[in-house]
Amino acid sequence: MNPEIIGGVYIVTAAMFIYGLKRLGSPATAVGGNLISSIAMLIAVIVTMLSLEIVDYRWIAVAMVLGSIIGAVTARRVEMTGMPEMVALFNGSGGIASLLVGWAALYSPGGGFGGLSAFTMVTIVLSILIGGVTFTGSLVAWAKLSERLGSGAGAFAGQQFVSLLVLAALVVCSVVMVILPGWTGPMVSAVILLSLVLGVLAVIPIGGADMPVVISLLNSYSGLAACAAGFAINNTILIVAGALVGAAGIILTNIMCRAMNRSLSHVLFSGFTATGAAT
Amino acid sequence: MDMVYLGFILMLSVFLGFELISKVPSTLHTPLMSGANAISGITIVGAILAAGADLGPWATWLGAIAVFFAMVNVVGGYMVTDRMLSMFKKKDNSPKEKS
Repeated sequence: MNPEIIGGVYIVTAAMFIYGLKRLGSPATAVGGNLISSIAMLIAVIVTMLSLEIVDYRWIAVAMVLGSIIGAVTARRVEMTGMPEMVALFNGSGGIASLLVGWAALYSPGGGFGGLSAFTMVTIVLSILIGGVTFTGSLVAWAKLSERLGSGAGAFAGQQFVSLLVLAALVVCSVVMVILPGWTGPMVSAVILLSLVLGVLAVIPIGGADMPVVISLLNSYSGLAACAAGFAINNTILIVAGALVGAAGIILTNIMCRAMNRSLSHVLFSGFTATGAAT
Repeated sequence: MDMVYLGFILMLSVFLGFELISKVPSTLHTPLMSGANAISGITIVGAILAAGADLGPWATWLGAIAVFFAMVNVVGGYMVTDRMLSMFKKKDNSPKEKS
C-alpha cells in the first residue's frame, strides 16, 4: 500500500482517537468512546502491517500473538480492586515499548550509528529517556499499590542528592550521545540504564496514597515517549496520539490532584525534594 | 520543512488534548486514565515498523520485543477499561431501577 493511502488512513484513525477520548469523558458515552478508540488502534495496526516497508512478518506475528494473550489473560483475571495497579503495569509495558522503538530507530537506514541528524538523535534520546522512566516508575507504582513494597518504603537519606546526581549524569550522557557520534554505542547503554534508575528514584519516595496521581502522570509520560518515538521514526500517528495522551494525561493528573487536595508540583518533584511526605 | 510540519501537528495535538479533558466527573478518572493509557500503546505502530522493515538483526529483535510489550499495553489497556466501564454502567443503572 503506498504511503499516501497509509497517511490518509492515519488521519482517519487520529480523528477516531480524538472522538473516542472525547466520549470517554462523559459517563453515558464512555463505553462507546473506548470502543471507537480500540477500533482506531486496530485499523492503525492493520494499515501499518500493509505498508511496503514491512518485509518480514514472522517475529511481528509471534510477538503480537504472545502480547495479546498475556494482555487479555491478565486483563480478565485482575480483581476490580486491583485495577489501578494493573493500569500501572500496562503503562510500564507501553513505556518500555517506546524505549525499544527509540533504540531500534538508531539503526534506521541513513547509515545507522552516526548517520542520523541531530534532531533525530535528540528525539531518540527523549523516547529512550521518557520510556525508561515510565517503565521503572510504573513498576514501582505497581509494587507500592499492590503492597509488595511498603507504602512509605524506599526513601533513604541523601535520596535528593542521588536523584539529582543521576539526573545530571543522564543529561551529560544524552548530550554526549547527540554531539559525539563515535560515542553513541556506549552512551546509549548508559542513557538506558540511568533512565531506568531515575524512574525508580523518582517514584520510590512518594507515598502509596499518592500513587493514583503518579500513575496518571506516568501515563502522560508514556504518551510523550510515544510522541518522541514518532518524531524519531517520522510517523505522524505516533506524534498525534502520543501528544494527545501526553496533554490529556497532564490535565487529568491536575484534576485528580485537586480532587485529592494535593498540588501537582508536590507530586511531580517529591523525588527531588528532601521529604517525600509519605502519607 | 518536515520538522516544522511535524511541530505544527504536535502543537495542535497538545492543545486538543488539553481541551478534551476539562469537566470530567471524578468517577471517570480511573477509566479515562486507563483508556488514555491504551491509546499510548500506539507506539505499537513504531514497533511494527522497527521489527518488520529489515533494519538488521539487532533492530528486528528490539522491534519484536517492543511489539510484544506494546501489544500487552493495547489489548490489556482496552479490555481493562471496558471492564471498569461495564461495572460502572451497572452501578449507574441500579439506583434508577430502585427509584
